[in-house]
Amino acid sequence: MAYNTDTHAVAAAHGHATFMGVDNRKMAFWAFIGSECLLFGSLIATYLVYKGRSLVGPYPHEILNIPFTSFSTFDLLMSSLAMVLALAAIQRADMKQGKLWLFVTALLGLIFLGGQFWEFSHFLHEGLGLTTNLFGSTFYVLTGTHGAHVTVGVIWLLTLWIQALRGKLGPQNALTVEITGLYWHFVDVVWIVIFTVVYLIQ
Amino acid sequence: MKSWLTTTDHKRIGLLYFWTAFGFFMIGGLEALIIRAQLVRPDGGLGVSAETFNQLFTMHGTTMVFLALMPLSAAFFNFIIPLQIGARDVAFPRLNAFSYWVFLLGGLFLNASFIAGPLFGADGLSVAPDAGWFGYANLTSRQFSPGPNVDFWLLGLQILGIASLAAGFNFVVTILNMRAPGMRMLRLPPFTWMTLITQFLVITAFPVITVALVLLMFDRFFGTHFFLPAGGGDPILWQHLFWMFGHPEVYILILPAMGIISEVLPTFSKKPLFGYTVVVYSGVVIAFLGWSVWSHHMFSTGLGPIADSVFAGTTMLIAIPTGVKIFNWIGTLWGGQIRFTTSLLFAVGFIAMFIIGGLSGVTHASAPSDLQQTDTYYVVAHIHYVLFGGTILGLFSGIYYWWPKMTGRFLSEGMGKVHFWLTLIGMNLAFFPMHFSGLLGMPRRIYTYPAELGVTRFNQLSTIGAFIIGIATLVFFWNLLRTRWRPSNAPANPWGGATLEWAIPSPPPVYNFTVIPTVASRLPLWQTERHGPMTPLPDQPPAPIHVPGGSWWPMITAFGLPIIAMGALAHLIPIVLAGAAVVVVGIYRWAYEPFEM
Repeated sequence: MAYNTDTHAVAAAHGHATFMGVDNRKMAFWAFIGSECLLFGSLIATYLVYKGRSLVGPYPHEILNIPFTSFSTFDLLMSSLAMVLALAAIQRADMKQGKLWLFVTALLGLIFLGGQFWEFSHFLHEGLGLTTNLFGSTFYVLTGTHGAHVTVGVIWLLTLWIQALRGKLGPQNALTVEITGLYWHFVDVVWIVIFTVVYLIQ
Repeated sequence: MKSWLTTTDHKRIGLLYFWTAFGFFMIGGLEALIIRAQLVRPDGGLGVSAETFNQLFTMHGTTMVFLALMPLSAAFFNFIIPLQIGARDVAFPRLNAFSYWVFLLGGLFLNASFIAGPLFGADGLSVAPDAGWFGYANLTSRQFSPGPNVDFWLLGLQILGIASLAAGFNFVVTILNMRAPGMRMLRLPPFTWMTLITQFLVITAFPVITVALVLLMFDRFFGTHFFLPAGGGDPILWQHLFWMFGHPEVYILILPAMGIISEVLPTFSKKPLFGYTVVVYSGVVIAFLGWSVWSHHMFSTGLGPIADSVFAGTTMLIAIPTGVKIFNWIGTLWGGQIRFTTSLLFAVGFIAMFIIGGLSGVTHASAPSDLQQTDTYYVVAHIHYVLFGGTILGLFSGIYYWWPKMTGRFLSEGMGKVHFWLTLIGMNLAFFPMHFSGLLGMPRRIYTYPAELGVTRFNQLSTIGAFIIGIATLVFFWNLLRTRWRPSNAPANPWGGATLEWAIPSPPPVYNFTVIPTVASRLPLWQTERHGPMTPLPDQPPAPIHVPGGSWWPMITAFGLPIIAMGALAHLIPIVLAGAAVVVVGIYRWAYEPFEM
């Protein structure tokens, strides 16, 4: 494979100043987030359409644990705060703080996933399986899709954290961290909607 | 060979898209010919079984929509858009290569179902999808479709959706961000504009069908009841989700063709596009309204008078911006110095045929009349007038127009005219009688019909027409092939076009533009009332231009997806995990390989 080592000339040839003044990757990510809104929108719509149409129990009010999930939600919100702190630190070249907050963000994401794992196994124990009723199917597919997004985010954050530990992530990568943050905040916002629709409005 | 496998050059990817999509177009056409040969007389002309017939019409529709028309448009997006906006490549060259490989592998995966029967212990060779191209629930359930047929369909479409979405993000960013200096939004060529609108529809519509397919996958693989009444599920939900994707998809198919003829008509009339801004805005309006009409596919499900009226109203509204475009195209021709090249013939053919398809579309918009037409050949006539008479004729027009730019070689105008007239006669012979056979009560998707129905004559005409289209396509294929042995003598601007792709040699050098032009008007190469033509670009770049090298990782990452799908088909979790591992490794190597843009 022949790569160009003369990156400066390539960058100049491509004109890094984009027409809209926004980095290509960042704009693509906004487009991706727009697309994801439709994905989660369709899943949430499916949940709402089938609300109250389960033929057998367990029904949502018998099984959903609002205090526990409120804690998970708080945890995820705090992870967004940690993400903001990580980006701010990396932008001002404070890699010590940057590493710390990247790790905290990923850790809070992992705690959320642990909570979801506990919740799923608890529900299974209570008799709500994927195929038990429409509530089970729509609940697991919706929250499971969200959980998969959190998992991808955690892997992504840990990748950046390891890069930072190896000294390969610096302020020159602030944009990469910012895009990671865009994704992470989006996943957080989606959870707020899911928490409201599934847990709070029963 | 290696340079093609690893290429990230948008022009090469465009050619790969073109030839692959054209191959699938031929396969889809062959399926159509078998269907028509079977229907040439009552009780079956070929002795095709009901099962095979179901597979043929399902694969014909799926192939033409997802493997022929969309990727043929994508061939032009790839080749032409960076040239029209004055860029050296798309925003994400490797993602672009990834889209192509995913499309190719997804298409091969779908078509592999034709010979995969023995692997699944089926009676015959073929286990191709057989539930129709819109796969209505609960025909697609395990109960009614126990074999792997529908699994091939739902997994294949999910793979193809990834290709479309990746291309969608890529082209939105390319068009908005990679424009040459001075190329303001209302200086974008109309084809670029329609492409931009199309990509917005892609990135908003494909997530919806992805969800529908995932839910169907859960029903079939894991025993949920999303679309199964036995567990409280509602088959109508499938129709809502499918058509919320499916109607924007119609505009995903037609808007690029509208863009193409909005380039061709001005060039061959030597007049600027009449009402450029109105053409652009009506494209935007069509896309917006395209999101509010999906239930007109579902009048017969009994939505109730209010929903019926609303969706009938929005559907009729779409006729307004569409009609606006048609009058603008006619206005462009009006008083122009018209040259009847093959490309222009196809563009004019588009206008005429699309009007017929549009008019029958308005008759579907009216709910009471639609109830008479649902699931009859009248609908088949409509869809073929808009997608063949519209999209295909538009794409042909684009091929004759841009082929010299893409290859440096001219297609034969003489053979092109034979191709055009055979196509036009063939399609009207094939599809016009379907209006009558449909209104006389012939249902679509039946493999035989009784002579007493009185539709035999119409079916015979349709079959003759279909075979004329087949001959026309062979003429076209030969025309394409023979250019390989023709001299590479196309000048930079053979038709006198006004847009930037004509400012550079044919075929373009790998870096496209020796210097990035600065754009001062909507028609940079023409002398207009207010602007002179731009100064020609230098023959040689003033400084060496470095272009990004190739990469294996887009193709390798793409290979993981059909592996996952094959594992799912065979219910073998280790194969699914192996495919996922390929994707993950591919993404990491891709992200960390030294590839500068």
